Amino acid sequence: MNALKELLFRLADDELLVGHRNTEWTGHGPILEEDIAFSSMAQDELGHAQAYYALLHELGEVEPDQLAFNRGAAAFRCAQLVELPRGDWAFSVARQFLYDAAESVRLGALTKSSHTPLAQAARKFIGEEKYHLMHGRTWITHLGGGGGESRARLQAALDQTFPYALGLFETSGADTAIVSEGLCAPEAELKRQWLELVTPIITKTGLKLPEAPAIEGGRTGQHTEHLAPLLNDMQLVFRTDPEATW
Amino acid sequence: MLDKETILAALHDVKDPEIPAVSIVEMGLIAGVEIAPERVRVKITPTFAGCPAVEVMRAGVEQRIRALGVKDVKAVITFEPPWDSNRISPEGRRKLKEFGLAPPRQYTGTLDLIQIQFVACPFCGSEDTVLESAFGPTLCRAIHYCNNCQQSFEQFKPV
Repeated sequence: MNALKELLFRLADDELLVGHRNTEWTGHGPILEEDIAFSSMAQDELGHAQAYYALLHELGEVEPDQLAFNRGAAAFRCAQLVELPRGDWAFSVARQFLYDAAESVRLGALTKSSHTPLAQAARKFIGEEKYHLMHGRTWITHLGGGGGESRARLQAALDQTFPYALGLFETSGADTAIVSEGLCAPEAELKRQWLELVTPIITKTGLKLPEAPAIEGGRTGQHTEHLAPLLNDMQLVFRTDPEATW
Repeated sequence: MLDKETILAALHDVKDPEIPAVSIVEMGLIAGVEIAPERVRVKITPTFAGCPAVEVMRAGVEQRIRALGVKDVKAVITFEPPWDSNRISPEGRRKLKEFGLAPPRQYTGTLDLIQIQFVACPFCGSEDTVLESAFGPTLCRAIHYCNNCQQSFEQFKPV
């Protein structure tokens, strides 16, 4: 697969999966505002996934719906972070904050992509992403500054999610070409910017930045045991009748 | 052959089903109109990429232009230029407010989200308001509370 497609599959699959996980809070949020917040972020993310799949379709891949709902786990290029079950609300807040910070940094780099339709999409998405990052930053500050159980649960969630979040910057054989063709900045550079963004927000509240090696594999199709059941759930209706017109 | 003004005038009949008071032209959604004999192409730049009303509006644009007698009509979604809330016309802002949605402030340069907090209540005009949640009943709305008239209200989000 060429470098551009590899990059688009990473972007699309990350958004589809994190979006799907966030829909799992619809009707289950701890307070109504958060129920709505996670549902809205899910809607944005699914919208972005659809747009990335549409770019793949323009490059000769099958229709966006087929890409989302008719591929098996091994074909997915998402990082393992987005596959993990939603956990408690602290877990989802920690994941979403780390993920949104990474996405903001990545979208910033993509606005300069040599693939013009991708640069245009990134310029659009970056404005929407600001609201996600504001949401995550607010809750890290509230829960982290809250002390007691809220701090303890958030710290536990950060400890669990951080190594997987580092896996968002995993590289594969495609990365040399992704950089040399000007499609995106190097992952190492994005990771540096990401750490610069998340570190002060986490440490200012007295939370500790976890120190652990990255958990990788997603970018080469190696996934956790959670992805296949998630896909079974998400793809069930589509696969019942793939030719149906909705 | 139709001219652009005639087409834009007709497109004032097409509304976002979630904000039926304001036309898509007033919302600044029309990014381009190309006219050739017997053929019209329209570009629509959506407020939010995940907006579920986009397809309804896209189909509405094609249907409205066909009603002018043009057979070959196509409306496509584009992110170029990306929609931002400064594209809403003064008339659009007035209608949003009448509809009960606080219009987003005009801004220059890059949007600082701090600005989302400073919005006048669409009901009583007071600026003594607080942001309750940046996420609301649709992707494009935030929820605020007015301390003066003690009512919740929504703002069309600045983007």
